[in-house]
Order: sequence, then C-alpha cells, then structure tokens
Amino acid sequence: MTILSTKNLTKSYGKKTALSQINMDIPRGRIIGLLGPNGSGKSTLIKLAAGLLVPTSGEITIDGLAPGVDTKAKISYLSERSYLSDWMRVIEIIAFFEDFYPDFNRIKAENMLKDLNINPDDRLKTMSKGTKEKVQLILVMSRQAQLYLLDEPIGGVDPAARDYILNTIITNYKEDAAVIISTHLIADIEQILDDIIFINQGELVLSSSVDEIRETHNKSVDGLFREVFKC
Amino acid sequence: MKWYIDSDRPIYKQLVEQIELRIISGVYTPGDKLESVREMAMDAGVNPNTMQKALAELERMELVFAQRTSGRFITEDLKVIEEAKKTLAVQEIGAFLEKMKKLGIGRNEILALMEKIEEGEKADDHIKH
Repeated sequence: MTILSTKNLTKSYGKKTALSQINMDIPRGRIIGLLGPNGSGKSTLIKLAAGLLVPTSGEITIDGLAPGVDTKAKISYLSERSYLSDWMRVIEIIAFFEDFYPDFNRIKAENMLKDLNINPDDRLKTMSKGTKEKVQLILVMSRQAQLYLLDEPIGGVDPAARDYILNTIITNYKEDAAVIISTHLIADIEQILDDIIFINQGELVLSSSVDEIRETHNKSVDGLFREVFKC
Repeated sequence: MKWYIDSDRPIYKQLVEQIELRIISGVYTPGDKLESVREMAMDAGVNPNTMQKALAELERMELVFAQRTSGRFITEDLKVIEEAKKTLAVQEIGAFLEKMKKLGIGRNEILALMEKIEEGEKADDHIKH
C-alpha cells in the first residue's frame, strides 16, 4: 500500500548536500506534514518525487516506479512558484489542465472557484498573491491523483480561505491517495495531518503520528517543532 | 455546535470527550444517526482518520454503535449514558476539589460559598420575573 518510497535518497547541489540518506515509506490514505526550517530540504524532497530533480544517489519510487511520465500522471504537484503564465485567464488555464490531465474534474474546479469568489474570466496578472495561490491549489486539488505534493500551499492565503482550503484537502482526497504537505505553518494544518516528518539540514529527524507526539511529549507538533528547532 | 481542539493533547481524545459530552447533555439523543466520518471530520476541521479513531473509541465505550450498512448511531441504552454522566461528574468534582484545596478552602467554606451563590442566583431570578 506504499505510494512513495525512498532508499538512501541523497541529493547534492555541487558540494552542498541538500538531502542525505533519506529512507521512508509513505502509505496511501494518509495526510503527511513535511516539516522543517527554511533550507532543510523539504522542497528538494518534493521536487525529487515530482521528477523535477534526479537523485545524486539512492532511489525514490512512486507506486513502485521511478519518477517519469507514468508517475507524473499519478501525482498532482503544487510547486512553490507558479509556472502558469500571467496573461492567462482562469478559464483558459482550466481548459489547459483538462486537456493535459485525464483525471482533472472541471466541475469540481468551477465549484471551488465559486466558493472562493474567484471570477473565471479574470487574468492571473490582475490577481493578488493570495488569490493566485488559491487558483493553483484549486487546479491541483481538482485532479483525482494518487499522490498530492503540496509545497507551501497556504503561505499567502487569508485565514478564512485557509480553513476552506484545508477542508478541501480533507474532503477531496480519496482513500487510496496520499497527501504530502510541506510547510512551516504547522499550527494551522496540524489538525488535518495523520503523520509528520521532520527534516533538518537534509536529514530525517523524526517521523511519527500527530497523536503519538501529543501523547508522548504532551505538546502539539507546533510546540515540539519550536523546541527541536529552537534558534 | 463548535468543536474545540487545544494544542497539547491527542486530537482523537478531545473528539471523544466532546462527542461524549454531546451525548450526555442531549445534543445527540439516543438512537440518533451520526453523520458520516468524512462529514464529521470536515465539520470539526480534522483528519478523517482521526475522527474514525475517535468513533472507534466511542464504540468501544458503547456510547455509539455501528450498523453494518446504515452507519453509526448513538446508543439507546440509557444506563450507559447515565454511567458516562456520573463518571464525568466525578472527574469534574475531583478537579474542582483539587483546585479548592490549592486555594486553602475547606469543605464547610465551599458549602457556605455555594449556598451564597445559589441565593444570589435566586435573587437575580426574582428581579428578572
């Protein structure tokens, strides 16, 4: 039932090691928080899973396959930076996604746009940073993927929309899918997570369920994070 | 009804307590059908697996029972609910007495204060009527 698996996964950029000997198995049906300070290797890990980077050594597999064309069909990836063209209207981007991904559900996307009061005829360049983020998340969550990789999905979004987005994540993923959310806004998403993975300086520090942490440390994940990574 | 999740204790335990309280206080009445796990999770803003775990615990406590095809229901056994109510009352009173002890207030003083507060409430009622 593993959707994502890594063995001694290592990634270096020149002399700098971004990820070192990561071993993990992510089961389906879980929402996982990938947590760590800035520069800890969160985005590198997600990019390796999305097939945008190639491991320096070790391996990473999605549903048993090395990242490639087949795994990209199974993964819905929200990148930390937008890759959509600013001049496009939302409605054009939806057509784009519908054309590109067979698992894209247009009705779902349109309903979410309506709920968040986003006009489908608006162009991206006229939108605020937060609204743009909402559009991208709507696109990503409107696919019926097996693995959702969300790199900092809620950073620029206001609290009310944040709740809506978190609810969207809870309700949209199917039981055979997994969601990996990388963020440092832990307190906001803690309630919807099953498990957390702490990484720091490219190494896996802790992997546990949220309730296990609360049980053993008498602390929220946010509280533990602040303690572990105290500057 | 609102859900309250605080930070330092397991989330599923807090869900168990709040659903239990709803059953005891009659928000959910015996025999009521509960919403689906997903709906309840969304309402509380928690992960469906966590809500599932809470409901499994409530089943174990016999406050909730599952029917294979039609979903989960609140127990119709009033004795179980009464028992849960008593257990909770004992816990609350224990915590209260512990606090009073810290304040250095003894049994007689507590009773006297309680009577005084109750009289005050009665007087307030008079004024209102």
